[in-house]
Amino acid sequence: MLAGPQGTDNVVIKGARVLDPLEGIDAILDVRIDNGTVAQIGAQLDANEHRVIEAEGLVLAPAFVDPHVHLRTPGREDEETIASGTAAAAAGGYCAILAMPNTDPIVDNADVLRGLRARAESEAHIPVGFLAAITKGQDGSELTEMGELADAGAAGFTDDGRPVAAAGVMLRALQYNAVTGRALAVHCEEATLTRGGHAHAGVVAAQLGIGGWPSLGESLMVARDLDLAGETGQSVHLMHLSARESVEHLRRARERGVCATGEVTPHHLCLTDEAVRELDANMKMNPPLRTEEDRAALIDALREGTISAIATDHAPHSLDEKDVPFEAAPFGVIGLETAFSAIYTHLVAPGVLKLETVLERMSGGPAVIFGLERPRIAVGAPANVTLLDLEAKWRVRSTGFKSRSTNSWLLGKRLHGKVRMTMAAGRVAHEA
Amino acid sequence: MTDLRVVGGDLMPPPRHRRHLLSIEDLTRDDVERLLSTAHSFAQSQARQTKKLPTLRGKLVLNMFYESSTRTSSSFELAAKRLSADTMTVKSTGSSVEKGESLRDTAQTLAAYEPDVIVIRHPEAGAAQFVSRVTEACVVNAGDGKHQHPTQALLDLYTMREATGRLEGLNVAIVGDVLHSRVARSLVQALSLVGAQATLVGPPPLLVPELAPCTYDINAIADADIVYVLRMQRERMLAGANFVPSLREYTARWGITPERVRPGQWVMHPGPMNRGVEIDPRIADADVSLVVDQVRSGLVVRMAVLYDLLTAGPVPVEAEVEVA
Repeated sequence: MLAGPQGTDNVVIKGARVLDPLEGIDAILDVRIDNGTVAQIGAQLDANEHRVIEAEGLVLAPAFVDPHVHLRTPGREDEETIASGTAAAAAGGYCAILAMPNTDPIVDNADVLRGLRARAESEAHIPVGFLAAITKGQDGSELTEMGELADAGAAGFTDDGRPVAAAGVMLRALQYNAVTGRALAVHCEEATLTRGGHAHAGVVAAQLGIGGWPSLGESLMVARDLDLAGETGQSVHLMHLSARESVEHLRRARERGVCATGEVTPHHLCLTDEAVRELDANMKMNPPLRTEEDRAALIDALREGTISAIATDHAPHSLDEKDVPFEAAPFGVIGLETAFSAIYTHLVAPGVLKLETVLERMSGGPAVIFGLERPRIAVGAPANVTLLDLEAKWRVRSTGFKSRSTNSWLLGKRLHGKVRMTMAAGRVAHEA
Repeated sequence: MTDLRVVGGDLMPPPRHRRHLLSIEDLTRDDVERLLSTAHSFAQSQARQTKKLPTLRGKLVLNMFYESSTRTSSSFELAAKRLSADTMTVKSTGSSVEKGESLRDTAQTLAAYEPDVIVIRHPEAGAAQFVSRVTEACVVNAGDGKHQHPTQALLDLYTMREATGRLEGLNVAIVGDVLHSRVARSLVQALSLVGAQATLVGPPPLLVPELAPCTYDINAIADADIVYVLRMQRERMLAGANFVPSLREYTARWGITPERVRPGQWVMHPGPMNRGVEIDPRIADADVSLVVDQVRSGLVVRMAVLYDLLTAGPVPVEAEVEVA
């Protein structure tokens, strides 16, 4: 399902705190990588001819998997390319990302998909999976040839950016997706409730006079899709959840046995709609930032596993598009290069979430949802690892991004924790 | 005319960092008092034969209007002229905006003339903040989307005080389409700042309970000293949004008619009025209507705003006026 570089690097990483919660490792150890595969984990390993990476004081963890990235290719290569987006991902500690199909043209047929996969083989810095559309043209009416798309390597299906508005179409998509065995990921939005909305329909938007995008606009659709998934016995993945009502629907559906998963973005975990008061277009996302109660519910759901993935929804926009009054700006922010640091700063350092939980939700959690091999630090596993400097403090600057876009909600902010090195599929993809 | 306080030692000038008027939220009660007092002084100057004051000679006031406007654009222009400033008005129609020029580029192009003040009216919330970030000029928000229209709120306070002699404890019923109204948002904040109460009255989908107490019962206006009628903003009603079933039903339930106004109440409207929709023509033209007073207040309040932004020190306004 993934396309991109495969490496055969020979490296010894010395003296890191090796932390892989699912493998049960948390100790100061050396890790030797032969031909891109973890060969030995132990104390004081011989370097031989291998390159040595001194990692004392750093944490070596399974590299991250981002299930929700907009690479803007084809169509808006001025905003992001496969090369720039995967370089940004490597800088953020990611060893694999999944790209959304709402490009121009839309990834709704096997030819476009094959073209992208071929380009990723030569251009990508880390492996990329491409999701295909659920409906042709993402217009919500006619199913794509999901079987052929899956055979051509689609990493899953989504109409992200738009909901599948008609319940009947969503029902058929769930039923037919049994053929592909791939994940079906949904952007939950009831458009008749969110039209004209630019920020959460709450006190802040009411006071500012900005069109409201209510929680109900998400949670109604969440409830519908969970019921449809339950009815068909098929699984569904709920993307970028923002409202506590949605979380409650997901929790109850999982309790009654519905195969449903959810993801949450760093910005929904770290910010509330109070951030909108300055009318900065880099605080405008879809779904919108919500209240402190919503944020707390998302954090609880992530901690307990109801939401098992952190997804950036990395959405590059050109400066021209975002450098306008709030209501005129498009939705979305970039996130690949700041995801770990933002969450570490806002949630781990203050003791709200454990480091182990965050590492799992950024790596194994999303991998499992999309049927990808879980990054792990174990002998015989491909080297998908990241070195994290938890002591580092750095300032986010518009000049510092590998991404072609700079529409970050963190511009000018100081963060704790920095990604120092990333290995993806056996290859050193980033060093800082 | 009611006796008003004139700028004195107890009212400090605006701190240097407050160079813009973007939102009523930016103001303190002292700021409001100072602005209204200054406006009052200017009103006295406007009663004289020579109405022009030399105060802002050599200053440039640039008006950027991205929405149609009669009252606001004309009164800002005249306010600047009465203070001897140079003025320039750029409208979105007939300018490079029609060729797709971005707000940043237009603002920076015009900023090359080094305006002292940019007055901006724009259909999108945040436009005034945006211009304040990309230019060096003092920025006055003349209405941005449904967000804010601070000079309207100030001129409304001025008009209310002229008519009733007070602001503290005043009870104002704001009737109509609050949801789409920047006037209502600024006014509710301004009333709260000076110790007056606002009640919002209208069709439930058009009320905003986060702003002030709300009721759909038109009889609630009986308690008000002032009935503030909002325009039914037909141009902002999305097709099929169904905020109200029809304008006809709106008028029957919430239209301000002579039967609904009790003696002693004043009626205000920010204009432009939809006569026969939200306000009965018999009320619009009655003695209880302050609509024309609002326009007159608009001139002197906007003079006061320009003066306040461009003069840093505690200059006694009366003295300035006497010189003229």
